[in-house]
Amino acid sequence: MSAWSVTEPSARSKGIAAVLVILYTVITLLPLVWIIATGFKTGPDSISYPPKVIFEPSLEGYVNLFTDRTRATPEQLAAMPPPENFVDEIVQRRGEVITQPSKFGERFLNSVIIGFGSTFLSIFLGTLAAYAFSRFRVPLKDDLLFFILSTRMMPPIAVAIPIFLMFRQLGLSDTHLGMILLYTGVNISLAVWLLKGFIDEIPREYEEAALIDGYTRLQAFRKVVLPQAATGIASTAIFCLIFAWNEYAFAFLLTSGTAQTAPPFIPTIFGVGGKDWPAVAAGATLFLLPVMIFTILLRKHLLRGITFGAVRK
Amino acid sequence: MADSAIDRLARATPSSLARRVRGLSDRAIAWVFVTPTILLLLAINIFPLIWTVRLSFTNFAANKPNAEVKWVGLRNYTRILTDPDIWQTMQATAHFLFWTLLFQVVIGFSLAWLINRKFRGNDLLTTLIVLPMMLSPAVVGNFWTFLYEPQIGLFNYAVEFFTGIPASSFSMLGSVTLAPWSIVIADTWMWTPFVMLICLAGLRSIPDYIYEAAEVDRASKWRQFWTMTVPMVLPFLMLAVLFRGIENFKMFDLVVQLTGGGPGSTTLLTSIELKREAFEKWRTGYSSAYAIILFVTVFGLASIYVKALNKVKER
Repeated sequence: MSAWSVTEPSARSKGIAAVLVILYTVITLLPLVWIIATGFKTGPDSISYPPKVIFEPSLEGYVNLFTDRTRATPEQLAAMPPPENFVDEIVQRRGEVITQPSKFGERFLNSVIIGFGSTFLSIFLGTLAAYAFSRFRVPLKDDLLFFILSTRMMPPIAVAIPIFLMFRQLGLSDTHLGMILLYTGVNISLAVWLLKGFIDEIPREYEEAALIDGYTRLQAFRKVVLPQAATGIASTAIFCLIFAWNEYAFAFLLTSGTAQTAPPFIPTIFGVGGKDWPAVAAGATLFLLPVMIFTILLRKHLLRGITFGAVRK
Repeated sequence: MADSAIDRLARATPSSLARRVRGLSDRAIAWVFVTPTILLLLAINIFPLIWTVRLSFTNFAANKPNAEVKWVGLRNYTRILTDPDIWQTMQATAHFLFWTLLFQVVIGFSLAWLINRKFRGNDLLTTLIVLPMMLSPAVVGNFWTFLYEPQIGLFNYAVEFFTGIPASSFSMLGSVTLAPWSIVIADTWMWTPFVMLICLAGLRSIPDYIYEAAEVDRASKWRQFWTMTVPMVLPFLMLAVLFRGIENFKMFDLVVQLTGGGPGSTTLLTSIELKREAFEKWRTGYSSAYAIILFVTVFGLASIYVKALNKVKER
């Protein structure tokens, strides 16, 4: 571009645009900031009117998130030893006793196991299939994108009916394995499609050179194609992970105990009397924060992932 | 070189044999690589679909697996299509679809256009704006019920702050007239960045020299916007509408957490109704037929839309 360009917006129009966009950013981030802030409020602070912007931070929400508690009688409280750590102190100050650790840790761990399990499987199978689709003549190749789109048209509840019956027959209801297989099935067409796009961009000449040097196809795939596709594989993996992490409908309908993930669990967090918003916010913060970090890492490939590869740049 | 045919054969045979032993043929690799994926797709996507079609012609109820299953022909379908309640959920869905798409297109495009002024720091702002759409809709939707609380909710307080309407005088989720808008607002907040991101890609795909040529021809900025910018972004915008349209037609997680379909049935979107029929009333056959009708509807509308999209692209 030359020093003076007719297409370069003027400094004034840039300034106005910047102000408007910053305004929108502030408004749109407000709910997220509010989630994080509410997690550090005490119960009374969280429901005060007008809403408290400046407050004394407290870990009450996080303590409540990880524990189940019950109200203690004054005699019980008087009989208790002095608090040894901040957790006991917070609980005792509110006249409660911890009965047991809450289920949040378990549910969060389920999200991690199912999310990473299904992502690993999607990427493993997806990379193989994508390579075949990219380099060989495979039947159905041209129908792939259409197929992905059409599987996304079915409401999850509609698929959930036969999956529910199928899992009941196979004994997969409410198991980690069942959910991993299900999320892999949901994610794999997207994974194949995205990975095919990334592998298509690797020049075939690299492999051909390797084949001439005496590599077999498999060796060329492992030693030439895979390293070249590493960035693409990593960003596809993050997409699969985020989809599995956020998924709610299947998790809500098909899991209830051992394999329940965090999204159906967080809305059911209640305190000793009614909804415990600081605890809900604390759980939401812990659950949403990894995705926020991944989004920032992924920003260059974001568009490609959310449009199923339809928009590349 | 003076190689005889036999010499060449002698050298060729072992190496090709060796190759066969060392590595699989391309054809075999293709099959080994693709088969597991195809099997998984058959098990998780195709087989359930066929099963749903089969169930839709029966009176099967999943909570009574031992009851006798009768074929009822097309009765489920005719009952759904003549049920006024179903048409009401379709109306609620249409309201939700129309307004979310309209707001997201208008706000998303405007934002993209502003960001494309290329002021300093626009990359950072884009990344921040995008955050809401990557988050779990169920968890975020659940928290929005807190923001919508009358009296203590941040949303109601903001309304009071800017308009003077007392925060405790209205309930976004409890009122029959406001509830349909509460889900539109939350969805627009969440998904506007999606439309913005795609529009931004469209705007950035327009080469500068077109505008330079227009400047030489002394076309006004207004004219440049309508005759160049808009037509060139249109295919991108239409793609964004396609994705959002499909997603919002089957909207479940965000809205079920926000309103659960209520109050009454004012926000009872098709997916929520489907969940009630299938997993609360346990009318499996009936809800399977409903699912098929929804699928065919989206499929049909999307196909027509994609045809239109391709026409726009060719222009």
